[in-house]
Amino acid sequence: MTAEDSAFETLGVLADPVRRRLYRHVAAAPDEVGRDAAAEAAGVSRSLAAFHLDKLVEAGLLAVSFRRLSGRTGPGAGRPAKLYRRAEGEHAVSVPPRSYDTAGRLLAEVVENAGLDRELQAAARAAGAADPDAAAGDLVEVLRTRGYEPFWDGETLRLRNCPFHALAGEFSALVCGMNLALLEGLAAGPWSAAMDARPGWCCVALSKGKSD
Amino acid sequence: MTDFMTGHHLAQVNVGRIVAPLDSPELADFMAQLPEINALAEASPGFVWRMVDDAGEDATGFRPDGADDMLLINCSVWESVEALRDFTYHSDHLRVLSRRREWFHRVAEAYQALWWIPAGHLPSVAEAMERVAMIREQGPGPLAFTFRSPFPAPSGAARPDDRLQGAGEPGQ
Repeated sequence: MTAEDSAFETLGVLADPVRRRLYRHVAAAPDEVGRDAAAEAAGVSRSLAAFHLDKLVEAGLLAVSFRRLSGRTGPGAGRPAKLYRRAEGEHAVSVPPRSYDTAGRLLAEVVENAGLDRELQAAARAAGAADPDAAAGDLVEVLRTRGYEPFWDGETLRLRNCPFHALAGEFSALVCGMNLALLEGLAAGPWSAAMDARPGWCCVALSKGKSD
Repeated sequence: MTDFMTGHHLAQVNVGRIVAPLDSPELADFMAQLPEINALAEASPGFVWRMVDDAGEDATGFRPDGADDMLLINCSVWESVEALRDFTYHSDHLRVLSRRREWFHRVAEAYQALWWIPAGHLPSVAEAMERVAMIREQGPGPLAFTFRSPFPAPSGAARPDDRLQGAGEPGQ
């Protein structure tokens, strides 16, 4: 099986709308998710949720761990709950085949070597500011569409996913600086951006009403 | 987390050519933010030590290349690559880092190096510059590497002469 075949198989598992709802809920949740919570979020029964969640695990899209949710241990604490989280790894497929990642890596290398950080940040900030939906005020939806997986944590809007993950790992100063400028451009007005790194997450968090 | 199994810490050095003297208006923002950023480093998880000059505040008094008045050095020690990466790219340090081209010239050659040291050892300016030279001459290897091509801490107990053993692998 070619890499393309295996990507099609993996992503094909998400064709089922119930599975897709479950996957999205687990992937966007800040913590691991149990069956009951996933079932409720997807609007299906616990047993149907369990069936589909395990299909997602089989496909390598979700990973599993076991933990007692009550925090109790020892006899009487009950069976540990099966908890789901997004699996590591990226799956992408394009028809016809496209290699924007290769282009992105080459461009990043050249921009890095040419020392064009400021030019890149200016372009990113302008691109953010030019987003018509962000300008219209629906920042959360804009961030969702752009793959940041935003969620409210009290007064802070945290970003569960880094859309530039692989490039950010390879050209951290350049790409994280670009991302920060892009978010500052998107989050104009009452929003302010602060650094708030957690592994695998976007390292920026947004909040309203505070100016830097 | 300290690598307790092997008793090693991670040393880090980077060098940069400033675009204007330290007391110029061009460098004013950089100099103004330096105390805050150094304090942030010291308060970060996994921070062990940072190099300071005789003035005792930061390392801006060092000129690691006697022939180059504008070359600055920054050197510190951390418990792990991850601890250093979190501070460097995922803390407020990124805000300063993303302005690097306002204050420092772009350098074509390698300008940073990472290497493992026995816990407790504090690198000197000469040692740090030696590691930068290794990357320039041989590419990343176990004795001097980069974030993009990291090497694991040496296995076995740390010995003071670890740094003299093995040859850097030619690479990339």
